[in-house]
Amino acid sequence: MKLLTCPVNGPRNIIEFQYLGPVRAANPELPDQLTEALFYVENPLGMLTEWWRHTPSNTIFIAERHTVTDQIVATYLPNRKPA
Amino acid sequence: MPLTLLKYGLRGRHASFRDIPATPDLKPSYDVVIVGGGGHGLAAAFYLSTVHGITNIAVLEKGYLAGGNTARNTTTIRSNYLTTESIRFYKEGVSLFETMSEDLGFNVMFSQRGQLTLAHSEATMRSFHLRAEMGKHMGVRTEVVDVKTVRAMCPHLNLDEGGMHEVMGGLWHADGGTARHDAVAWGYAKRAAERGVEIHQRTTVTGFRKDGDRVTHVVTDRGEIAAGQVLQAVGGLNGQVAEMAGFKLPIRCFPLQAMVTQPLKPFLDILLSSANMHTYLVQSSRGEIVIGGGSDPYQLASTRSTLDQKEHLAEGVLHLFPFLHKVKLLRQWAGITDMTPDYSPIMGASPMRNYWLDCGWGTWGFKATPVAGKRMAETIATGRVPDILLPFDMRRFDNFALLNEMGATAASH
Repeated sequence: MKLLTCPVNGPRNIIEFQYLGPVRAANPELPDQLTEALFYVENPLGMLTEWWRHTPSNTIFIAERHTVTDQIVATYLPNRKPA
Repeated sequence: MPLTLLKYGLRGRHASFRDIPATPDLKPSYDVVIVGGGGHGLAAAFYLSTVHGITNIAVLEKGYLAGGNTARNTTTIRSNYLTTESIRFYKEGVSLFETMSEDLGFNVMFSQRGQLTLAHSEATMRSFHLRAEMGKHMGVRTEVVDVKTVRAMCPHLNLDEGGMHEVMGGLWHADGGTARHDAVAWGYAKRAAERGVEIHQRTTVTGFRKDGDRVTHVVTDRGEIAAGQVLQAVGGLNGQVAEMAGFKLPIRCFPLQAMVTQPLKPFLDILLSSANMHTYLVQSSRGEIVIGGGSDPYQLASTRSTLDQKEHLAEGVLHLFPFLHKVKLLRQWAGITDMTPDYSPIMGASPMRNYWLDCGWGTWGFKATPVAGKRMAETIATGRVPDILLPFDMRRFDNFALLNEMGATAASH
């Protein structure tokens, strides 16, 4: 069982969570960034900042995770990144 | 043949030979450099050297020959896709498998036993009718079958009549089959090496030197080589290698997990998939049940195996064949799939003039090994992308001309 720490509910089994994809740099509202935002999603070998949802409590938050080691370094609510 | 064999057997000294020569020193320059020594790269090397007469080729492989996704797939070969562009392409792929053992003089154990995909809902049956009609239109053997036919084809199957996953029918694809994945790569490598193609194992590409919109040199950890043309076919690392070449690909990586059981007596002589349960299984010629279909639910570039996916795959298999509940698992593994937004590959031109792409193969690359190799070789030799590959151009994303194949697989993505 892999644990993911929800900023509201604490550590829970990762099967309780839904992956919502990386936090995007491109803005789909800007026409020249539309295809970038739709198709060219961040795919690094390393740290990735991404959206997750704790399904039972409907908590949407951000996780920072390493895509090679699968280590979750930090989780926090949007706009509340710890210093 | 028997006389030759007898003479050979009676002769005292036997010269040792190896199918694939040891890695030679790098030459300063090659006509074609193929980045990636998996099935696709080796097939392209084979067709370039045998059909197009280009033999000054280096295949660069970071690890060992065909040790990436070529070794990690579940060897399904089929052409029952959704769009005319895809069906045309994969149909040619299946036909190349049919004659591959003879063409290569190397037994790839191709077994065209047919593939049955099960439907557990009316919605799935509707999509099967669409796929069957598209297949018939393109000359592929695909048809919708009812429960009675499913029972006759697969008498051990749990149909769960009236239950949660009641089998409502299936999509029968008589052209489907399997082949030995390693043999496909080894066969291509052996015949290409005989023509003079150099296969450089444990050689990592670290960058490219460019002049305007052309790649002039490939930089490796064993030195720098000049290249006339470059082909990129590196599976899970396609995004990273493209970045080295200076452009971005619309690719995200997810591990696809599979597993295999202990050998059993033969009971399953077809390839069986369940679209709703995201599980597919086939009994190998050794009797093992190869089980696949578990894509991790989040982006990752690690080939670890997880208990979650093992449980998920086992659940699907036990629903279909409850009598397998005491069977032991022998191995579990994962490969890194390079997924495109429309679940179709990217083949053909790149933003660089002499740099060609064969990537975005996600969970469906093995079946295309011969056709992708053949058509990419044609592209490199003539400098022109053949019509059959044009729909797979990477610019389709900028033009919103996507080729949606999301529903054409039983893998869980």
